[in-house]
Amino acid sequence: MVGIYIAIATFLIFMLLPFFEMFMASLRPLDHLFRSPYQFWSDDFSFQAYRDMWVTVPLLGRYIFNSIFIAFAVTGITMVFVVPAAYAYARLDFPFKNASLAIFLGVNMFTGAVLLIPLYRVLRTMGLLNTYWAMIVPGVAFLIPTGIWLLRSYLEKIPRELEEAAYVDGASRMYTLRRVVIPLAVPGLIVVSTAVFIGAYAQQFLFAITFNQTRELQPLPAGLYEFIGYQSVTWNEMMAAALVGVLPVMVIFLFLQKYLVAGLTAGAVKE
Amino acid sequence: MTKTAAHTLSRQRRKPLPEGVFAWLLIAPALIFIGVIVAWPLGETIRLSFTDADLGGENWVGFENYIDLWNSRRFPDTVWRTFYWMFLAVSLKLIMGLIGAMLLNAAVPGRALFRVLVMPPWVIPVAIGCIGWLWLYNGTFGLISGIAQQMCLFDHCLFDGPVALLAGRETAFYAAVVTDVWVGTPFVTLFLLAAMQGVNRDLYEAAWVDGAGRWYRFRRITIPQIMPVIVSMALLSAIWTFNSFEIIWILTEGGPRSATTTLIVDTYKVAIGNYKFGQGAARAVIIVILLATFSLFYLFFLNKVNKHYGAK
Repeated sequence: MVGIYIAIATFLIFMLLPFFEMFMASLRPLDHLFRSPYQFWSDDFSFQAYRDMWVTVPLLGRYIFNSIFIAFAVTGITMVFVVPAAYAYARLDFPFKNASLAIFLGVNMFTGAVLLIPLYRVLRTMGLLNTYWAMIVPGVAFLIPTGIWLLRSYLEKIPRELEEAAYVDGASRMYTLRRVVIPLAVPGLIVVSTAVFIGAYAQQFLFAITFNQTRELQPLPAGLYEFIGYQSVTWNEMMAAALVGVLPVMVIFLFLQKYLVAGLTAGAVKE
Repeated sequence: MTKTAAHTLSRQRRKPLPEGVFAWLLIAPALIFIGVIVAWPLGETIRLSFTDADLGGENWVGFENYIDLWNSRRFPDTVWRTFYWMFLAVSLKLIMGLIGAMLLNAAVPGRALFRVLVMPPWVIPVAIGCIGWLWLYNGTFGLISGIAQQMCLFDHCLFDGPVALLAGRETAFYAAVVTDVWVGTPFVTLFLLAAMQGVNRDLYEAAWVDGAGRWYRFRRITIPQIMPVIVSMALLSAIWTFNSFEIIWILTEGGPRSATTTLIVDTYKVAIGNYKFGQGAARAVIIVILLATFSLFYLFFLNKVNKHYGAK
């Protein structure tokens, strides 16, 4: 029992170490950085950076909002594409089923970084550069395959009999999908949406710095670079802003996480 | 049945759509979207890889970009480094994920809290986690360097002066691996944990009745039961790790002296950094070919594993 706790503690220290370091860094006054020898703690640590950061980067609140807004938009749009497709792969039989599924899963092999230049041209052709869409559209495209892959295995577990009963009653295919399958799949939809949301939230940096030059629309990770000024880098404020910036999503995640483990488990149970 | 419901049903009682047509209607939106945003740029990339495109325009050069890479001294190093990076990071992620899932699956008080505490590296933006690691690795004000400098015994210190992990070629590479493992571990942990929870309890009870020890139960029940999830996690993380860009870019930008330049970083440096779109595109095509080949071999292997363990 004690052994397990020690092992868990070691594991958690590794996972949380950077957060601890960021927090400590946010408390350090700037002139503290180059003091030698290294000091773990001194009396001049303060929360001053948490006040100053809003002045140094006036748009900080906007960046935090943008990050969350983009992630929500990506999640909503992705799910609209994912739900019907995942259902088709879970339940229906059709020509080129495996070939088209392979295309979706093949998309996993690319990241934005490989396709950056042509993607830039496509977005320019569509007139989407420097808008929220420039960050939303590529995000959706790269998350659709993962979404289909996750939701499909969940939908396969829903008993077929209920759909068959609906067909016997004369319900159309679309009606059955909307009124029978989707309500039953709600726990799975929560799991997949959460996973997609996290994917969308975690990976907006590259698209943001490449496809968007409008400052007001930047998400948090790109916005943090404003703390790197011409004269000096206000590291402590940058760390404080990073920690405060991710706080809203951590709170949302705190509420959703119990559905996540439970939902994934339900999806993993073998018939 | 109420009158309205009956009415709705009779209204909808017409000849049902053929299954194939309905299925294609369902997947068409996603497929078209992917076609425009991924397949079209991919086609462009392939075309560009046969040109010398840069800011000044583009001319058809045939296979020249590929021949240059073939004759290059550094490019094969980059390819091997990428595979080494992938192999090392994925193995560590799987080992860490397995250990993590086992620990979080153990019936101890506080389990729910521990599960929450493992997730932050996955939930926050990768770029922000990297800023934390950047600081940890810093020689002047980083915690790791700070601790290392305190390791002294009888006036003899292990390191005198700052320990700048990202400045040395070897240490920078392994430091980047550690960060990549840190980012990837929670996801693997979560999925393996879910798989472990799905294992039928009766199997454990039967083994327990037979007097099987903890290690035996882990090796003979848990591992075989979750094997399909382990192998699919391995492929997914392999692809993500191969293409892992932000972590390396933020920590080292591929340096020092190319020590952390993987294929994806090289592609970005050539295409975006130096505006050699054609040469960058050729590298991108090679990434896709290598990953596709790797995945096909892997899926072949996956089939065998699944057959061996009797999964569908």
